[in-house]
Amino acid sequence: MTSQALLRVQHLRVEIPTRRGVLLALDDVSFAIAPGEILGFVGESGAGKSLTGMAILGLLDPPGRVASGEIWLGERRIDTLSQREMRLIRGKQIGAVFQDPLMSLNPLLQIGDQLIESIRTHLPLSHEQATARALELMRAVGIPAPEARFTAYPHQFSGGMRQRIVIALALCAQPLLIVADEPTTALDVSIQAQVLHLLKSLCREQGTAMLLVTHDMGVIAETADRVAVMYAGRIVEIGPVADVIKAPVHPYTRGLMGAIPSLVPVTGPLAQIDGAMPRLNARPDGCAFHPRCPAATAQCRAQSPGLETRHGRQVACWVTQASQEAA
Amino acid sequence: MMDQAPAGLLVPAPSVWHRFLDSDFVFSFRQSPTAIVAAAVLLLFVLVALLAPWIAPQNPFDPTALELINSRIPPAWLEGGQARFPLGTDGQGRDLLSVLMFGLRISLLVSFCATLFALAVGVTLGLISGYAGGRIDNLIMRLADMQLSFPTILVALLIDGLSRALLPRSVHEQLALWVVVFAIGISTWVQYARTVRGATLVEKTKDYVHAARLIGMGPLRILFKHVLPNVLGPVLVIATLSLGLGILTEATLSFLGLGVPPTSPSLGTLIRIGNEVLFSGEWWVTVMPGACLVVLVLAINLLGDWLRDVFNPKLK
Amino acid sequence: MLRFLSTRLWNGALVMLGVSFISFLLFNFIGDPVNNLLGETATGAQKDEMRAALGLDQPLLFRFYSYISLALRGEFGISYRNLEPVGRLLMSRVPATLELSLCAAVLALGVGIPMGVYAGIKRNSWLAQSMQVASLIGVSIPSFLTGIILILIFSVELNWLPAYGRGDVVKFSNWSTGLLTVTGLKSLVMPSITLALFQLTLFMRLVRSEMMEVLRTDYIKFARARGIRDRSIYFHHALKNTLIPVITVAGLQLGALIAFSIITETVFQWPGLGLLIIQAITFADIPVIAAYLILIALLFVTINAVVDMLYFWVDPRVRLG
Repeated sequence: MTSQALLRVQHLRVEIPTRRGVLLALDDVSFAIAPGEILGFVGESGAGKSLTGMAILGLLDPPGRVASGEIWLGERRIDTLSQREMRLIRGKQIGAVFQDPLMSLNPLLQIGDQLIESIRTHLPLSHEQATARALELMRAVGIPAPEARFTAYPHQFSGGMRQRIVIALALCAQPLLIVADEPTTALDVSIQAQVLHLLKSLCREQGTAMLLVTHDMGVIAETADRVAVMYAGRIVEIGPVADVIKAPVHPYTRGLMGAIPSLVPVTGPLAQIDGAMPRLNARPDGCAFHPRCPAATAQCRAQSPGLETRHGRQVACWVTQASQEAA
Repeated sequence: MMDQAPAGLLVPAPSVWHRFLDSDFVFSFRQSPTAIVAAAVLLLFVLVALLAPWIAPQNPFDPTALELINSRIPPAWLEGGQARFPLGTDGQGRDLLSVLMFGLRISLLVSFCATLFALAVGVTLGLISGYAGGRIDNLIMRLADMQLSFPTILVALLIDGLSRALLPRSVHEQLALWVVVFAIGISTWVQYARTVRGATLVEKTKDYVHAARLIGMGPLRILFKHVLPNVLGPVLVIATLSLGLGILTEATLSFLGLGVPPTSPSLGTLIRIGNEVLFSGEWWVTVMPGACLVVLVLAINLLGDWLRDVFNPKLK
Repeated sequence: MLRFLSTRLWNGALVMLGVSFISFLLFNFIGDPVNNLLGETATGAQKDEMRAALGLDQPLLFRFYSYISLALRGEFGISYRNLEPVGRLLMSRVPATLELSLCAAVLALGVGIPMGVYAGIKRNSWLAQSMQVASLIGVSIPSFLTGIILILIFSVELNWLPAYGRGDVVKFSNWSTGLLTVTGLKSLVMPSITLALFQLTLFMRLVRSEMMEVLRTDYIKFARARGIRDRSIYFHHALKNTLIPVITVAGLQLGALIAFSIITETVFQWPGLGLLIIQAITFADIPVIAAYLILIALLFVTINAVVDMLYFWVDPRVRLG
């Protein structure tokens, strides 16, 4: 972890106490994001990707809570801040884009109102100045004829337009980091590329870093600089996008890449990984992946591997480490 | 991959009773002190009501058992009270505790019957409405909507009042109890119908229902086997809460002089009788049945609230 | 929207028709309709005239039609009990009931909604928890009992407030009000509280649960993620969304107020429509019952229509969608 990192997460552990016991949702998650960098988080549903983003924002749904670990934003530790202090950071330093734009926007408020509200919460502008800025933002995210649509309500826009408004709202105070949780999953496929492109170019322009959570590897390939692969609440591999995609190391990542149908005709059946990701209340001992791993050893069954740096990326696997050492 | 249980060991499947005991339902019951207390109180009241003829210290309907000299005695813990009349006596020497027990009996009888009636009518209409669809559905739902725009107490009041006007006095006296049951039942069927209709509509579109129809399974069997189990939970919640509401409605009707006949007084009737002597200082004649009523309905409401939380899918 | 409104109006008309028919049946087949209209004391000649005018040997529908046309002119017959024209009798009781209902509505909304908002926002505070408990008890007490207890405490024991009646009223033209006299105001206190209590607890619970639902939505989460101030979240974002379903319920509760006023008026001997109908039912005063049915149906149909229109106006998704 370099001292230049914008966001540093160290050994984050998130628990969810339930009636029947405590569930471990995130287990020893550590990573860093450099300023202006786009880090992708990929994995199946339930792997913990969204929770990581929520934990950073301080918006975990109770009874979920951060049990241990540290989250640093620059020189400041933020996981121990009160809700009041955290509120000052949200929007201004860390922004968020959620999955369903219809759900993200208050159906009873005009979008112009919602924009102005966000702007004036963080910037000392008058109503007129804020309106001007709001219109500018709408133009920047590609909404045609913003003046006419300023007083419209969310349901009067298409899905893609709505998500653009959401992006405008997230970026209006020019935060240092955006947590984007499945930003295009709820959109039509034809719109997805446009919105992604918009998100990426705006981030590049403003130098905003992004934590991009998705289950779609294609999105990662298009947009991210580095990628972290999550499984059952842990990061199993993390490294530059091109490397991880072309030459995955962890058996799970290898399985994922093998399971992606490509446009080149395939001669055999689609590769699948046997079994399914364990549920939170049924995690196996040792490495969480070992029941599905073709190369599992006794050590895999007994002990959970930590992230080890190999060849410019980090992998959590006993088997590949052993073979690396042997090589 | 290792299995959970060692291979070769045959474990007998748990019986239905054991599965019930192990279920989420019983689990959350055990966890909730209010539910346990409420259920216990309700059970107590029901038992007292059922056994009233045998366990009441005095038979308040037997005029020979009453002595005017025993009238207007305050509750036992106050000055002038007597131990053998723990809750005091009324203007005619009746032991209030005994009167309460019998009153409780009537109150519970009427509202149980009314709830069952409403449930039967509502669930049936809901099933028909949801399954048949089309014009029948439209008709039933229109009826439901129109009735919903009137408060239940008003509907019950008007039905009761109209029956009084329509039936000759003697006939009405005999049937009064069942008129009340009918009135309360009719005013509350709508909730059941709507819920059941919704569930039926959902199930109707499912594949297994199509399959059942294809193999010739009759609609009745489909409804009973597949739709009803899904709807039991919410119906139970509605039934519990409307049991409490039914008790309040009946008490109100009786208080207004329109409910059960004076020969079978319910808690509401008792409160009315007590109200007439309010200013003469015998507050216990009204307050005792009133307190009994409130505790009963409170217990039912607590239980109903807990049930609603248990069956609420959003809280799972 | 027009289609929706017309369905509603059609439904309303059907209800009115149905209720009027029931009233007509009551009026004409229970007791003697001529007596109903003219009273026992009319002369033989007057009765014969009326019989001819009513066309009692005419087909049913014709008689129904004449009943309706009489009703539309405000002619509902003569009350059995006190031999007054029913229309005038009903109208004379309206101010008392209306005043009571309005006071109770103001109380129920003015106290219930803020309590609910507080309990929804600060759900785990001591005050909110005790409000929940109190509201549960409130829903378990029938309103007539509340009235009796209030009378017991404030009239019998403390002798602060009058138990029965309206006190002194000030009359002008067709209206009378108790708000302008001391005894009038004193008499309003307990009945208003009694009438309001049930509705108050209802609103409190409703607003609380709606508020909690709204605070769980994604758009509130997104607003928080943008760093919007708490106060703004509660009162600018959440409140609006919370109040929409409450409006519908409030409108319907207005109807319930009319129904519950029957009980309250009985307990406090309040000279309004509620007491009148109870006396009418006990006395089998058919003309009054028949007229009351129509009046109540009209009231409810109107209230429901207004509530529906309100809903339209308030929710932009419905208005502009």
